[in-house]
Amino acid sequence: MTQLPGLLDTEAIRKDFPLLDRVIHDGKKIVYLDNAATSQKPRQVLDALNAYYEQSNANVHRGVHVLAEEATALYEGARDKVAAFINAPSRDEVIFTKNASESLNLVANMLGWADEPYRVDAETEIVITEMEHHSNIVPWQLLSQRTGAKLKWFGITDDGRLDLSNIDEIITEKTKIVSFTLVSNIMGTINPVDTIIRRAQEVGALVCIDASQAAPHMVLDVQALQADFVAFTGHKMVGPTGIGVLWGRQELLEDLPPFLGGGEMIETVSMSSSTYAPAPHKFEAGTPPIAQAVGLGAAVDYLTAIGMDKIAAHEHAITEYAVKRLSEVEGLRIIGPTTAEDRGATISFTLGDIHPHDVGQVLDELGIAVRVGHHCARPVCLRYGIPATTRASFYLYSTPAEVDALVEGLEHVRNFFG
Amino acid sequence: MYQEVILDHYKHPHGRGLRDGDAEVHHVNPTCGDEITLRVKYDGATVADVSYEGQGCSISQASASVLNDLLVGKELAEAQKIQATFLELMQSKGQIEPDDAMEEVLEDAVAFAGVSKYPARVKCALLSWMAWKDATAQALGDGAERKTA
Repeated sequence: MTQLPGLLDTEAIRKDFPLLDRVIHDGKKIVYLDNAATSQKPRQVLDALNAYYEQSNANVHRGVHVLAEEATALYEGARDKVAAFINAPSRDEVIFTKNASESLNLVANMLGWADEPYRVDAETEIVITEMEHHSNIVPWQLLSQRTGAKLKWFGITDDGRLDLSNIDEIITEKTKIVSFTLVSNIMGTINPVDTIIRRAQEVGALVCIDASQAAPHMVLDVQALQADFVAFTGHKMVGPTGIGVLWGRQELLEDLPPFLGGGEMIETVSMSSSTYAPAPHKFEAGTPPIAQAVGLGAAVDYLTAIGMDKIAAHEHAITEYAVKRLSEVEGLRIIGPTTAEDRGATISFTLGDIHPHDVGQVLDELGIAVRVGHHCARPVCLRYGIPATTRASFYLYSTPAEVDALVEGLEHVRNFFG
Repeated sequence: MYQEVILDHYKHPHGRGLRDGDAEVHHVNPTCGDEITLRVKYDGATVADVSYEGQGCSISQASASVLNDLLVGKELAEAQKIQATFLELMQSKGQIEPDDAMEEVLEDAVAFAGVSKYPARVKCALLSWMAWKDATAQALGDGAERKTA
């Protein structure tokens, strides 16, 4: 077996993930390399979900019975865990949503309905990048269309990095908000947050970071990042689906208007008007995803016990190995950074003229799960003049042997269509 | 799913390239980015030519090649019957085992029966066939309906 420095004890970790034992297609053990789409779940998270439903299920923030109090304590306890996980100055800065898309839409709508000085209108500009997931493009397109604000973006270089050469022309005095991804979901690129934030702060623009592909894989410290908003989702970080997070700076959350109205987010309601609860509840209308928040709390506990720095080191070692092995495959072209430097464990590639759907289908027959298509980042494919890519993405339970299986699988694909 | 017939058509497509036509359509399969530009040429009610350019997976490209084989030279009504039969097969979720009668209609296209078990790939197989239907409606207008009535 290949031994690399920095690897976690994957043999022990994999025992926590029942799905990784699954056998498909007549006896082939699954090789799960689609972690950028969603991660598998450890027993600890599944148990927390079950225990919540079996022992404590009730609605939160209302009722005086013991179950309601337990459910509230569990839900709010999850908020504490997430706040600690991202080093938030205050637990009240952690808003639970249903996913990162909702978090990003929430920011766009806060700004669209805000008063001065936050208001995005026809006189102002919104800045994103060509590297974004559709969830960090479309909400801003909608905001731009509805307010008349101009939408601008950073391009991408040939080697899969953000082109910041014209940063002073892109981010200007007119810029109200700069929203970009910390780690690309298609190319794995880790973006230079400091440079962008420095320029945004110079012109007084707010900064929103999509950390969906970062939170599961590295230490995420919202104070160190110095952004104004950070969005991520639970299901990519060994938590359940249906739970996302928006972190926002407290004074912004106090000033900005709610988006969704309903139960839970109010202080008092009369027929003519209402006053709102303080953040985070102001932004959590209706019954929240309680069990899912509890599950995310368990996921955060699980990751923290292993250590995010150790997980990052493991993935870096796997990435280095994968980049090296994949480069040996004839006709394989990595779309994005071709070294492990400043990149995460998500690697997109093309294989000769073989369409990614064919690559993915034949790999599936071998028990290897990868993602194929444009990965909700179609502008990136257009940028590189390709219809789609095959994407392998690794996580804390990924092994060098799985990289080897992928490389062997790709050789098989080449022979099959060659 | 990857029958030898399919791979043959993929590697050596029949009738590929755009030629003169009465109507042209461009169809895409957004889930995987398969694209096809397809032209139809009619000689009265006879399918005189189906020409196409496209990019995409082996299933989508092979299917266009098979379509060209099957439909060129046919009377419209018969071509429409073939299209309908292929559609039925592809929407069968793997439940239809093509019998002799179906094989007589579909010839090489029966090789796609296995694809119908993969919901994500059915659209790939149908791309050119839907494009052909669309182009035919544009080329013949209401005539396409009348001629089959």
